[in-house]
Amino acid sequence: MTFQEIILALQKYWAEQHCIIAQPYDVEKGAGTMSPYTFLKALGPEPWRVAYVEPSRRPADARYGENPNRLYQHHQYQVILKPSPDNVQDLYLGSLKALGIDPVKHDIRFVEDNWEAPTLGAWGLGWEVWLDGMEITQYTYFQQVGSIDCQLESAELTYGLERIAMYIQNINNVFDIEWVSGINYGDIFKVAEFEHSKYSFEEADTGLLFRLFDEYEKEARRLLGKDIILPAYDYVLKCSHAFNILDARKAISVTERTGFIGRVRNLARFVAQGYLKQREELGYPLLKKAVFGGAKNE
Amino acid sequence: MNKDLVFEIGTEEIPARYMPATLEKVKDIAVSMITENRIDFGEIKTYGTPRRIVLLVKGIAEKQRDLEELIKGPSMKAAYDESGNPSKALLGFLKGQKVELHEVFLQELSGVEYIYCRKQKKGQPSKEVLKEILPGILTSISFPKSMKWGNKSFRFARPVRWLLPILGDELIEFEKDGITCSKYTKGHRVLSQGIIEINDTSEYFEKLRKGYVIVDQEERRSLIRKQCVELARDNGGEVLMDEELLEEIVYLVEYPTALLGVFETEYLKLPKEVVITPMKEHQRYFPVVDKNNKLMNYFITVRNGDNRFIETVREGNERVLRARLADADFFYREDRKNSLESCVEKLKNVVFQETLGTIYDKTQRIIAISEYLAEAAGLSHESRKYLQRAAYLCKADLVTNMVKEFDELQGVMGREYALLQGEKQEVADAILEHYMPRYAGDCTPKTLNGSILSISDKIDTICGCYAIGIQPTGSQDPYALRRQAIGIISIMLKCKIHIGLEQLCNISLEPFEKRNILKGDKKTVKAEVIEFFRQRFRNVMMDRGFGYDIIDAATSVGFDDIYDLFLRIRELSEWKYKSEFSGILGSFNRVTNLASKALSPDMNPEFFTEKAELELLRAFDRVNAEYEGYVDKREYGKALKLLITLEKPIDDFFDNIMVMAEDADIRNNRLGLLKSIANMMYRIADLSLIVVNKI
Repeated sequence: MTFQEIILALQKYWAEQHCIIAQPYDVEKGAGTMSPYTFLKALGPEPWRVAYVEPSRRPADARYGENPNRLYQHHQYQVILKPSPDNVQDLYLGSLKALGIDPVKHDIRFVEDNWEAPTLGAWGLGWEVWLDGMEITQYTYFQQVGSIDCQLESAELTYGLERIAMYIQNINNVFDIEWVSGINYGDIFKVAEFEHSKYSFEEADTGLLFRLFDEYEKEARRLLGKDIILPAYDYVLKCSHAFNILDARKAISVTERTGFIGRVRNLARFVAQGYLKQREELGYPLLKKAVFGGAKNE
Repeated sequence: MNKDLVFEIGTEEIPARYMPATLEKVKDIAVSMITENRIDFGEIKTYGTPRRIVLLVKGIAEKQRDLEELIKGPSMKAAYDESGNPSKALLGFLKGQKVELHEVFLQELSGVEYIYCRKQKKGQPSKEVLKEILPGILTSISFPKSMKWGNKSFRFARPVRWLLPILGDELIEFEKDGITCSKYTKGHRVLSQGIIEINDTSEYFEKLRKGYVIVDQEERRSLIRKQCVELARDNGGEVLMDEELLEEIVYLVEYPTALLGVFETEYLKLPKEVVITPMKEHQRYFPVVDKNNKLMNYFITVRNGDNRFIETVREGNERVLRARLADADFFYREDRKNSLESCVEKLKNVVFQETLGTIYDKTQRIIAISEYLAEAAGLSHESRKYLQRAAYLCKADLVTNMVKEFDELQGVMGREYALLQGEKQEVADAILEHYMPRYAGDCTPKTLNGSILSISDKIDTICGCYAIGIQPTGSQDPYALRRQAIGIISIMLKCKIHIGLEQLCNISLEPFEKRNILKGDKKTVKAEVIEFFRQRFRNVMMDRGFGYDIIDAATSVGFDDIYDLFLRIRELSEWKYKSEFSGILGSFNRVTNLASKALSPDMNPEFFTEKAELELLRAFDRVNAEYEGYVDKREYGKALKLLITLEKPIDDFFDNIMVMAEDADIRNNRLGLLKSIANMMYRIADLSLIVVNKI
């Protein structure tokens, strides 16, 4: 299976499970969870089912394209099932079958792993899923998002696509992954990995990034003051990415670090509160429709 | 007829580390709830796998025991009117309780007579009562961390997906927040197809076994152990069995099958711990060693399933370990490009605690404290040089790639890299040892330098946390201060060093005082730390089998030098069980009682007139200097022996002398003598606190 066949198989499988197949959200982010399709939709009483690929940028993990396992940007396949159905584990195992991984022929384990994202004020309980000893998926039941208790708990499945591809294709270097016949991962990303590494560790203009962080934060607050929530959230994401580059660049001292994280978390909380208010004012439209293969909720 | 109960709570995978305590708790809850409900039962057991918590109660009685209840009505005064006829209140009571007038009687309650009636409460069928009890058990189970899901009113470690409560051949039906009961359970997640019907409790274990689930954790444990031992032996080695890891694996699999994997021999060139850590901590593999206890290029993992497709599982696991070892190898090579020295500088970027500063700051404090301790322990000039160097380098490995990836290797890598860079063995060992003891039951440092460094690091953490008000409360102890205090105590006892806690705290609190971050005044904080140590010390001593009375007797006269306290406690314990000693306790009790009335221990020999008091004075003068000498040399056995010689003169004194004489000079003189004797005793302990066991 090529990398893109893996994506296509997951898209098809989760579409059959009544998920919206969304497209990657076009603001830089460190994980699929930060997409508004997860972060915001996990809040409130409305149901939601979505699946999407999310290119995730982690400047500190950049390795100039030289490490066989670590990347500046990797790809997550993210699924949100809200509320979490009773058979969610079976659904997950079904998705592995769709990838040609027959659980009977392997050793699949659910090993305790509790997830926490301090910048988002989010945490949940769950597992990392092991396939013959390798972690391939992070599986979480959200408990809190934006420092707000989840009214309707979501199940979040995050597949590490590169890991899975390396397993399926039986290779040891991420850059050898066959994206499609004749084109491998390195052909597409090696230069980008090198340049983003160089940027993150050596070239990033820290003065500019500090200024941007302040400006993004200011803009987010200004928009929140006007109850303009979704654009405000985009600026929170921009703050977070600026912080991540500064952090990789080692420009943020120890004492400042907690402060920066706190600033992002506060913004995330205000966005979460604003979003909840907005949905309430709209009368929770998704509660009134028969959606995601379920019956109408009224 | 008595029946057996099986109550299976089907769940998604519960964290393995929760299970042992959870199974104990479920048993306790069940025992108390069933007993409270007056149901007789026989043996009770709990079982657990990743996907189920099982309660087995044998011999449940068919019905609850009957209960006779006394029900209180109105007072006699209120129950009858002036002409002696039942009042409205009494009639209401009769009606409410459905009893006749002749069935009620009077009984007194705190001096007032009340109307009472007796009511028989017939025992209900156990099956009915269990409908109430079982949901109660389900919702009473608590976990270290629990979650909400699907709008349930209770929390659980992971979602509960089914309930199977069977009493004999009957299903007990109830519903809890939409989770219903049925006669169906599930077998192994992938090996068992569909659902399994349980028609009678007697079928439960065997039917699940056919569904690839071994319910009994002890059976799984011995199976895993046997398989691992055999696999290793068949390959010419011996499995490094780790009971803690085994326990975790027991609760990670429902149907264990061990398999042996191989990795490249080149990785055996890495330090042993570097190979073992990813195996054990990250992959839950058992290492294998040869006859000479040298690591072999094998690992044993336990899959959740049977032998089918085991080659695929082996290959997968081998690949994962290979990648991990390749990482470790890479880190090892990378780390060696930089000196530990250069790592120290980087510690300025690692926070120890927000207010307390960086690890670099902590290192500076450790250096200062260890210098003080070196002085106190009388270390040689050369040793002190090594200690200083070790103190400077002890946290450096925290910023190496290896420790960032495998934090369990802190200290281990510090030692390794130090040796590779030509540091002295003494320095390297102290770096490793300063983390010891790392957990309850771990060894203490072997070298004196390691011991001093360990005490310095730990006392800095304790004093730092207390300085800013982070104290352990209840189960909350985020900086593991209790473990660290116990560590310090164990080290002091092990190396037999005399260190005053008071002065140690002074030194340790100083930097926080200078930086003005003490939350209270230094004296109060210090007192809190010392009290904290006193509690830990008491526990440590009691764990070692010393009586609380002896510990209190010794600590009540001062709590400072821990090893010295231990010496006194040990000596007192030995003495306590000798009859000659127990006799004197009564005598000393009388001494301390009166001594507390004395203004001072001063006396004037001129005022002693009676024979018995002169005898006691003489006896005191005779032994005092020698006694002080023994105490100074900490020869407490000999000192106590001398003390005992005072028993007879003391008894004679009390038999013949009226201490509280009218004449103030004479009275104060006698009290002064008693006070002097008491003070003498207090140099070892307050003997009046020792409880004499009458046999």
